[in-house]
Amino acid sequence: MTQYIIRRLLILPIVLIGLSVLIFAMLQALDPVERAALYVTSPPKNPSALADIIQKYGLDEPIYLQYVHWLNRVIHGNLGWSKTAQMPVLGALVNYFPATLELALWSFIPIIVIGVWLGIQAAIHHDGIIDQFARVFSIIGYSFPTFVFGLLMLMIFYAALRWLPPGRLSDWATAIVYSSEFHRYTGMNTLDALLNNRLDIFGDALRHLVLPALTLAYVNWALILRVTRSSMLDVIRQDYITVARAKGLPERLVTNRHARPNAMIPVATIGGLLLVGLLNGVVITETVFNYHGMGWWAANAALNFDAVSVLGITLFDGALLILANLVVDVMYAYLDPRIRLA
Amino acid sequence: MAAVEKPVSQVNTTLRRPVARTEAAHLIRPRSRVPESLRILLRNPVSIAGMLIVLGFVIVAILAPVLAPPAIPSEPFQIPRDGYQAEPRPPSARHLLGTTQGQYDIYYGIVWGTRTAFEIGMIVTGLTVLIGGTLGAVSAYAGGMVDEVVQRIVEIVLAFPFLLAALVLATVLAAKIHNGLVTGMIALTAFGWPGYARLIRGDVLAVKEREFVLAAHCIGARGPRILFRHILPNAMYSLLVVGSLDIGTYVLTFAALSFLGLGAEQGYADWGQLLSFARNWIPDLARFWYIVVFPGAALLLFVLGWNLIGDAFRDALDPKMRGIRGA
Repeated sequence: MTQYIIRRLLILPIVLIGLSVLIFAMLQALDPVERAALYVTSPPKNPSALADIIQKYGLDEPIYLQYVHWLNRVIHGNLGWSKTAQMPVLGALVNYFPATLELALWSFIPIIVIGVWLGIQAAIHHDGIIDQFARVFSIIGYSFPTFVFGLLMLMIFYAALRWLPPGRLSDWATAIVYSSEFHRYTGMNTLDALLNNRLDIFGDALRHLVLPALTLAYVNWALILRVTRSSMLDVIRQDYITVARAKGLPERLVTNRHARPNAMIPVATIGGLLLVGLLNGVVITETVFNYHGMGWWAANAALNFDAVSVLGITLFDGALLILANLVVDVMYAYLDPRIRLA
Repeated sequence: MAAVEKPVSQVNTTLRRPVARTEAAHLIRPRSRVPESLRILLRNPVSIAGMLIVLGFVIVAILAPVLAPPAIPSEPFQIPRDGYQAEPRPPSARHLLGTTQGQYDIYYGIVWGTRTAFEIGMIVTGLTVLIGGTLGAVSAYAGGMVDEVVQRIVEIVLAFPFLLAALVLATVLAAKIHNGLVTGMIALTAFGWPGYARLIRGDVLAVKEREFVLAAHCIGARGPRILFRHILPNAMYSLLVVGSLDIGTYVLTFAALSFLGLGAEQGYADWGQLLSFARNWIPDLARFWYIVVFPGAALLLFVLGWNLIGDAFRDALDPKMRGIRGA
C-alpha cells in the first residue's frame, strides 16, 4: 500500500511538468509581439515599447529557454502576477479558492443526501414509480446545459421575484466582511460569518449561494443517484440478503443494516471524485452567477490571454485532481478489503 | 462540475477507473449479441422517445431552407436582422419567437442552428473517436514503451480540466484563425480524445489474446493487418456506441464555449451564440424570457434526445440489468 502511494505521488511532478509544457506549447501559437501585448494595459506610446517588453521578458528567446526561466521562478515560489485578478497568482489562488470550496460544499451536501436517498428508493422500488421518476429527473438534469439552467433560475428568482441575487455578497455585507472588525478565518463567507457571530452576513451569503448551489446540484444529481441505484441493485440481489430475508428480518432492517453499507462503497469513491469535479469545473456556473471564485477567474484569465494565471490555475487544479484520485483509490481499498492495490 | 462540463467518455473513464479492469471483460461480447441489444433498444419506450426527438431535429435540419428561407441564399447561416435596436422584441407575427439583442430573429437562428449542432457534433465526435481510437488501439497492440508513453500523455491531458483547456486553446487559436466554429471544434477535439483512447485500449487488450489473432499470426499476417483487419472490427463496438452518443455532450460543450464568447461569431446561427446575448439582460430576463427559453429549449431537447438513447443503450449493454423485474 505505502509503495503504491509513493509510486503514485512520484507521477505527480511528471504530470505537472507535462501540463505546463502543454500550455507553453499552446502559447507558441502567438508570435512575440502578440505575447508582449499580454503585458501591456494600454496602447504603447512609442514604437520601441513593445520591443522593450519582448527584450525584458525574453519573449523572442527559444521556447525551451523561456520555459526554463518560468520553471526556475515557479520553483522559487513565484507564480507571477495575475493581470485579471490584479494580484500575485499565489495570492489570487488563496483568495478565490475558498469561494469555490464554499460553493462546492454547499452544493455537495444536497447532492449526496438527496441523491443517495432517491437512489436507494429507486433501487428498492425497481421499475416502480419512484424509479421512473428518478430516471426522468436525473436524465433531464444531466442533459440540462448548466448555463441555461442558471439563466432560468436567475430569470425566475432574480429578475421576476427579486428574491435571490447573483454575486457573492451584497454591497453592505462586502463592506463589513472586508472591514477590520470582521475576521476572515477561512475565506468562506458563511463559515466566517458564523465564527464572527454575524447572522445577518450569514443570511446574505446564503442568499447568494442558493441559486448557484442549486444549479450545480441539479445538473450533478444524476451521477450519485445512478451510482447508488445500480450499486444497491447489485447488492440486494446477493445471497446474503436472501439469507437475511429468509431468517425473517423485517425489510427495513435488511435494507438499512445489511444492504446499504455495502452499496455505499462505490458511492463514497464517486462522491470524492464529484467533489473534486465541483472544485475544478465550476467555470460556467460561476460565470453565469458572477460568483467570484476559481472558475470565474479561470474563464476571465483564459478569455483575456492572462497566460500566467492560466498556468497557475491549471497546475493547481491538476495537482488537486491527481491527489484526489489517489485519496479516492486508497479510500476504496480501505472501505472494501477485497480490493488490493498493486 | 466536471461531469457536466466534460464529455461523457472522459467522466466515465475517470470515475470508473477503480473498477474498470473487472468491467472490461463484459464490454467485449461476440458480435451476434449486437442485434439483440438493438432489439432491446427498439422495445424500450425511453430510447424510442430519444430517437423520435433526434429524428425531429434531423427533419428540421433537412427542411431548414423550407422552414426558414434565407434572405441571402449564399449565406444561410447568417441570421437576418430587423434593424439594429439593442433591446430584444417579443414574439409577433413577423418574428414567431421574437428577436434577441441586435434584432436577430430567434426562430431563424434555432432552425438553422440545428444544422450547426449536427455539424459540430458529428465532426468533433468523428475526429475524437478516430484520433483516440487509433492511438489507443496502436498503444494497446504495440505494448511496451509505446503503450507507456501514450498512457502518460493520456494521463496528462486528462489532468487538464476539460473546459478550461478548451477555453485556453480556443482563445489562443482565435488570434490566428478567424473562424470561431473551427477554433471551437479544434479545441474540443484536442482535449476530447483521451477518454476514447482508454476505452478502446481495454477492448483491444482483451481481443488481442483470442485464438483467431494467434491464428492470423500463424498464417503470417503482419502487425498493422492484424490490428486493423482482425482485432479492431471485434473491439470497436463499445467505442462506436459511446462515441456516437457523445454527440449531444459535444454540442453542449461547444454551446458553453459560444456562451462564453469563444464559439461562433455574433449573428451566426448557433444556439450557444444566441443564448450568449442573455448575459447582457440578466436583470430584465423576466421581460425578455424568450431570449433564453426558446434557444435553451432547443439545446436541452437536442442533448436530451441523445442522452435518452444513450441511457437505454447502457442498460441494454449491461447484462446485469437485463430481464430483471423487482428486487
